[in-house]
Amino acid sequence: MTKIIVGMADLKVDRAPCMLTTLGLGSCVGIALYDPASKVAGLAHIMLPDSTKMQNNQNLAKFADTAMVKMIQDMAAIGANKTRLRAKIAGGAQMFSFNSKNDDMRIGDRNVEATLRLLKQYSIPLIAYEVGANYGRTVELYADDGRFLIKTIGHGNREL
Amino acid sequence: MSLFSNLNEMHLDVLKEIGSIGTGNAVTAVSSLINKKVQMNVPSVELIEFDTLADFVGGPEIILVGVLIGISDDVSGMIMFLMDIDTAHNLLGSVLSSMGIEASTDGSLSELELSAIEEISNIMAGSYLGSLSGLTNLRVRQSVPMLAIDMANALLSVPAIEFGKMADHVLFINSSFSVENVAVNGYFILVPDEDSFAKIMRSLGVEL
Repeated sequence: MTKIIVGMADLKVDRAPCMLTTLGLGSCVGIALYDPASKVAGLAHIMLPDSTKMQNNQNLAKFADTAMVKMIQDMAAIGANKTRLRAKIAGGAQMFSFNSKNDDMRIGDRNVEATLRLLKQYSIPLIAYEVGANYGRTVELYADDGRFLIKTIGHGNREL
Repeated sequence: MSLFSNLNEMHLDVLKEIGSIGTGNAVTAVSSLINKKVQMNVPSVELIEFDTLADFVGGPEIILVGVLIGISDDVSGMIMFLMDIDTAHNLLGSVLSSMGIEASTDGSLSELELSAIEEISNIMAGSYLGSLSGLTNLRVRQSVPMLAIDMANALLSVPAIEFGKMADHVLFINSSFSVENVAVNGYFILVPDEDSFAKIMRSLGVEL
């Protein structure tokens, strides 16, 4: 099976058989979209919630909003049906326990909030998620059945 | 418009010099802390794309000790000091033995050792920032250090996101040094926010 690595501020889509993975999500969020009928899978590793707040926004995969649009397009281009897409997400941790109300430090939460809002906006049901807390996560999305594995250091491994 | 897209060789040299002097001071601080000779290699300073960042510290999933310190005043942002687990143990061994305490040998880190690491990192970051402040004549205040042990990419996501707001690269300073033949691998990532970055360059007579 082909293993496709999605980097930081990156997104990839492909058809089964393949496994999409992104390593060590911290405050970033891994957004997995899947169409069970065409077995088309997509995985994005977004860093920031909103491209419209930034001047430097050419990299579409860096932001939740632009990554979502591009991933849906890319998946449709290789046979996915937008209305059949469903989502699983992971990440959005707060790696360091800042004792501060500074919004900048809650970037993990804000990435998750933005992702949830976008899924709602595009009517994509959220099937499963594991977000927040203070540890990193590696995720794997299998295009044959859409299962989503989460691996951590010292916080166990799970299948969503 | 990316913050770093206008940087030329001279700008990079200036940043390299800051990194070099900062790291030199940090290493000197460690040396006096453990009362041993510390040898420093010439630090490298690079602008690295998010994607390849983790390759410079041994891979995305390698376990690292990360200490994050917020900075404020004339320069605001954060500084992160990363080291691999072996390095943490080596440093602890030297520091604790100089105080007559035996470091744990089973590969785990006790509460005492974790706070010792925080304190060592705090001292190193302090000297690093002290030299930044001295060079630029800008005031820099540091917050209480925070420690996390996790996958490299997860720790790196914190400075990467900060840089991500203004660029598609991270300014990365790789400093390795050895304590009496024990190799120590440490990495500094200085993340000034956009205004502070311009301020630092300007104070050194470099217009961006």
